[in-house]
Amino acid sequence: MTKPKIALYWCSSCGGCEESVLDMAEQLLTLQDMADIVFWPVAMDYKYDDLESMKDGEISATLINGAIRMEEQVSMAKLLRKKSAHIIAHGSCAHLGGVVGLANWFTSEDILKRSYEEVPTITNPQRDRPGKTGCKTDTALKLSPFLEYVTPLDRVVDVDLYIPGCPPTPTLVKEAIMTVLNGSWPDRGTILGDKRALCHTCPRKDTRIDDLKIKRFNRLHETEWDPKECFLNQHIICLGPATRGGCEARCINGNMPCRACFGPTDNVKDCGAKAISFFSSIIDSRDETELMTILKSIPDPAGLVYRYSTAASMLERKR
Amino acid sequence: MTRRITIDPITRLEGHGRINIFLDDCGHVDKVYLQVPDFKGFEKFCEGRAVEEMPTLTQKICGVCPMAHHIASSKALDDLFIVHPPTGATRLRELMYSAFIFEDHLLHFFFLGGPDLFVGANTPTDQRNIFGVIRKIGETIGRKMIDIRNRVRGITAMIAGSAVYPVSGLPGGVSKTITHEQQKEVKAVAADALAFACETMKLFDRVVLGNRVFRNWLNSDIFSSKTYYMGIVDSEGKVNFYDGKIRIIDPSGNEFTSFYAKDYLNHLEERIETWSYQKVLYLKKVGWRGYSDGKENGIYRVGPLARLNVSTGMATPLAHAQYVRMYDALGTRPLHNILAYHWARLIEVIYAAERMLELANDDDLPTSKIRTLPSHIQSEGIGVCEAPRGTLFHHYTATKAGIIGKVNLLVATQNNAAAICMSIEKAARAIFQSDSNENLDSNIVEMAFRAYDPCLACATH
Repeated sequence: MTKPKIALYWCSSCGGCEESVLDMAEQLLTLQDMADIVFWPVAMDYKYDDLESMKDGEISATLINGAIRMEEQVSMAKLLRKKSAHIIAHGSCAHLGGVVGLANWFTSEDILKRSYEEVPTITNPQRDRPGKTGCKTDTALKLSPFLEYVTPLDRVVDVDLYIPGCPPTPTLVKEAIMTVLNGSWPDRGTILGDKRALCHTCPRKDTRIDDLKIKRFNRLHETEWDPKECFLNQHIICLGPATRGGCEARCINGNMPCRACFGPTDNVKDCGAKAISFFSSIIDSRDETELMTILKSIPDPAGLVYRYSTAASMLERKR
Repeated sequence: MTRRITIDPITRLEGHGRINIFLDDCGHVDKVYLQVPDFKGFEKFCEGRAVEEMPTLTQKICGVCPMAHHIASSKALDDLFIVHPPTGATRLRELMYSAFIFEDHLLHFFFLGGPDLFVGANTPTDQRNIFGVIRKIGETIGRKMIDIRNRVRGITAMIAGSAVYPVSGLPGGVSKTITHEQQKEVKAVAADALAFACETMKLFDRVVLGNRVFRNWLNSDIFSSKTYYMGIVDSEGKVNFYDGKIRIIDPSGNEFTSFYAKDYLNHLEERIETWSYQKVLYLKKVGWRGYSDGKENGIYRVGPLARLNVSTGMATPLAHAQYVRMYDALGTRPLHNILAYHWARLIEVIYAAERMLELANDDDLPTSKIRTLPSHIQSEGIGVCEAPRGTLFHHYTATKAGIIGKVNLLVATQNNAAAICMSIEKAARAIFQSDSNENLDSNIVEMAFRAYDPCLACATH
């Protein structure tokens, strides 16, 4: 029997999802016995031409991580879609736009200007920009345009399976790869991980107060906290109630609150809206002035609740 | 008419890149460009965020060296809040940092650079990867390497939450301590890590230094450029990853300047190229004179070889003995050959393991005093550390309410950007010097950037 072919690619990413594959450790060696890895720029020397010369649908599945930030990432995603029977969105950026999607609170012009004209170390009197035309080499050295805004992978190609997380756990990566090897695909669009919120599997869940009422949230640098007790009991914002479980509570085990990298649960569309709705339910006031004071104890609420999911949210981007 | 050879994508590194080699009518190299076609904009979209979130936010610049950003960011917040972490917290930070340097350097030595060293520069494409390396060095040592990296990453997860993305850094300390029971495990893993580091150096001696081709290249002008070097040293001038003074030497090895992180704006400047999203750093006081080496041009290098070049040695005994041995064997100081980066990297692996063991053996490691709560905030904070790939700066301004105003990030690989362009051009000139040589694998050009272990995702934050 021929071995299935697997490819791994990255769009606008950090390499953390690649690490989540390497963290499968010895199982990575087993994978090499069970499948042919035909394209994986971080670890193997196959080039674009090798990929392009493959037959359509020849790859059993491609795991794509990273957000869609640059124009050439759109064409790469489409080429991989054509060559692959299945596409797996690997990690928060491919799934939800990820941290890269925070850029959507600004215009692309704001972003380029800051890095290439304004930072205190830059010297750029000509106000040049990457990709600016007019230089001698520009026709031969085309540079992919920086898109107006970030999108998750499924806005540019159909996605068959999602592995959530920044990064996903090696356990979930392994589960996705076993799906490819066994050919036992779940319904298209299935998101791996738990179906319920993180709180259900949180190691601190038994300490959670049921009818919690809060008049002020504590910021992380202002306070110390009990490492065994629910963060919310201690008036520290934790996004566990609005976030899909399955992350093995890594942040909680590091004695830090959840920041929603696994995104919403199956029955919720917008993770940030869910978080805001949850906080509204535990804020203990009906007085407008007092409410404003309580809200002030949550600095940058949008950046907090949408840290990983701005690009996939109902708000999506600055308009 | 000029002809172009494109290597797309360049591989076995972190991030996106493409090399364009332009050849003239005679088949000689006219010019070589390394393009980085990705950009994210952290320097903008971190504006408006809550300051205390920065160590877990900015580390998303890089999933390969997240710990470096996490530490530089935590230190920038220490500075912003004018707060000193308790000794116990600094110890835990340095322990997780040493664990990280160890496993990250090994990742490069075996997975990314390793195929060039063990499998060979000109072997077929399908063998130049970790699986080819393991076939070459044997499954026993291969599995041992995977196991020790995994266990050391387990230590990071134990101390900092997650092996990929640590979360424990806070202004004035860390969120978590370890128990006496956990300390025993750290000791055991650190001891095994040190044993493996020494075993790897022997493997390098036997297989890599024992390879005549590599040995020749190590002394060849093809892979050599005479630049300035920069790195952090401790009060005795020894290599330090976590803290110290930034030292710069000129291409002859004389100290050019040394400074603390807060003064970085006086020393470093960056420029842009319209053909890449990567900004290029150079020494402000020397200036930019194009892609050429020598004392008159402000091109400098960072990372393992640069750190060893600027220092008086390593702060731990076994690593220091290896440091002396390398300079004795190669006979010059500073060393300018980029393939010596691989050797220097391994010396740092030994150092990281020794430092991990020293910290693990400290009776006070399982301390309960891990935080100093800040009471004031100033308007700016600057943090620096030595990332595996070189010196990393985080600079924030903030409001009194603890909201980020402006952000400037100088990330390790940007320091090497100009030198990497020179190195690949030199290698390309050597292999495409006549039209008959085209069959020589363009992987040799890639070896010239790979020696630096660049992280182009970091470089285009």
